[in-house]
Amino acid sequence: MTTDGQTDNLVDIRKVDFAYGERAVLHDISMQVPRGKVVAIMGGSGSGKTTLLRLISGQVKPVRGEVIVNGQSVASLRNRELLQLRRTMGMLFQMGALFTDMNVFDNIAFQMRENTDLTEPMIRDLVLMKLHAVGLRGAWNLMPAQLSGGMARRVALARAIALDPTLIMYDEPFAGLDPISLAVVSRLIRTLNDALGATSIIVTHDIESLNIVDYVYLVSGGTIIAGGTVEEIHHSSDPYVRQFVDAQPDGPVAFHYPAPDYREMLGF
Amino acid sequence: MKSLSSVIAGFLRGLGAPVSGALIGLGQITRFLFALLAASGTCLRRPGLVVREMYFIGVLSLVIILVSALFVGMVLGLQMYETLQRFGSGDVVGMVVALALVRELGPVLAALLIASRAGSALTAEIGLMRATEQLSAMEMMAIQPLSRVVAPRFWAGFLSVPLLTSVFNVVGIYGSYLVAVEGLGVDAGTFWSQMQNAVDFRIDVVNGIIKSFFFGAAIMLIAVYQGYQAAPTAAGVAMATTQTVVRSALVILGMDFMLTAFMFTGLGS
Repeated sequence: MTTDGQTDNLVDIRKVDFAYGERAVLHDISMQVPRGKVVAIMGGSGSGKTTLLRLISGQVKPVRGEVIVNGQSVASLRNRELLQLRRTMGMLFQMGALFTDMNVFDNIAFQMRENTDLTEPMIRDLVLMKLHAVGLRGAWNLMPAQLSGGMARRVALARAIALDPTLIMYDEPFAGLDPISLAVVSRLIRTLNDALGATSIIVTHDIESLNIVDYVYLVSGGTIIAGGTVEEIHHSSDPYVRQFVDAQPDGPVAFHYPAPDYREMLGF
Repeated sequence: MKSLSSVIAGFLRGLGAPVSGALIGLGQITRFLFALLAASGTCLRRPGLVVREMYFIGVLSLVIILVSALFVGMVLGLQMYETLQRFGSGDVVGMVVALALVRELGPVLAALLIASRAGSALTAEIGLMRATEQLSAMEMMAIQPLSRVVAPRFWAGFLSVPLLTSVFNVVGIYGSYLVAVEGLGVDAGTFWSQMQNAVDFRIDVVNGIIKSFFFGAAIMLIAVYQGYQAAPTAAGVAMATTQTVVRSALVILGMDFMLTAFMFTGLGS
């Protein structure tokens, strides 16, 4: 515990199991996200990474175990308390999830207008400040359809930080970006986190992101198979970690989907 | 060789599955309706949200409603006049057309047109918002999509359908006037006075509008439900859009028969 009564970890996941109906997705997950840090959750597609974010935001509830955010157990919150908690979170969705019927300005102003009593001139200033932070002040009146992939991601980033959240979650923020946009977005994630004094969780399969994070958790098949600082991950001798970090096509994660014998299938 | 009992069990299961499936579906849409009603407070506090959607659902449907109504009225006028003329009663064409329109054709055709023009668009819009995670994004901003996105659209549609039906009735009657009076030479005074004598405001016009409220609620509930429940894929949204049009059409026609039976039987006695 720190002196002001807050725990050091903004997010604390304790022995969580989760299943969609019969299909088990996560098993015995424990992880901590310290305040002020940028933490990456990495792993192959379909390994349950996004589900972790949904657990933290209370969109789904764990079958077993506990998810603690800012000292509160998310699953036990009443609806009103959960909404209150979500107001302290920002989330960047996989493909941006911008509201397609509003322009860039209204997208960012949306939650200010819905959730606060700020006056329109104040909202205007705040929106322009957020847009300036992601370098898109000049694009305020464009519609989402007119934005390039990288620009849309930056607008979504500005929207995620619209109400200065204490926890920012990124779901595959780099998916489908060109190298320049990728570098821009990853640098923004780091600088915004430090400038806002926020805590960030990045779900990704992009090893480039190792350059901007403090801690890494590697997830495979619904369990955490490795966790540590970037340095530790780079020097790990675990075969799965090596396969992931060195981007090897075959290894503990097999290249071939399970199949009967090749010769047999070809009829030899 | 399957045993007889397993064949019988399979047969019974085959009979029961569609019935229980339909009941489950009905239960789900009813629960959705209650959740929707509970989330409708926002619409009262912020009528601007509903008005904005009425523009998309109502105003933008006006063209198809106006053009269709005009042609339906003209065709009715033509057909009725030709038939009635054989019995020497071509003069009552105004009355027959007006009764047909305000009681049945106006509410039903307007509802069918709105279901295919606006209902399908609503389903596709909400389904795509789901598929592109816009609804999840809203949830993450502590804003309920049901009260911010779904309820305003539902109520806007519910209010638009009777208004569009009224427009349909008026324009349809005018279409038959054009054909019968301007085209075929029926006396204008007879045309209107026959109509005025036979069409009762309370029984015919009001009942027709009441019907359209039922249709509006049904179409919009089906449309927003299909969109909200659509599988978040291209195929899922396409399927949901089709379902909206098909189910709306069937529900409108079925409901119309029941409402007519309630409202208009026994009036002649």
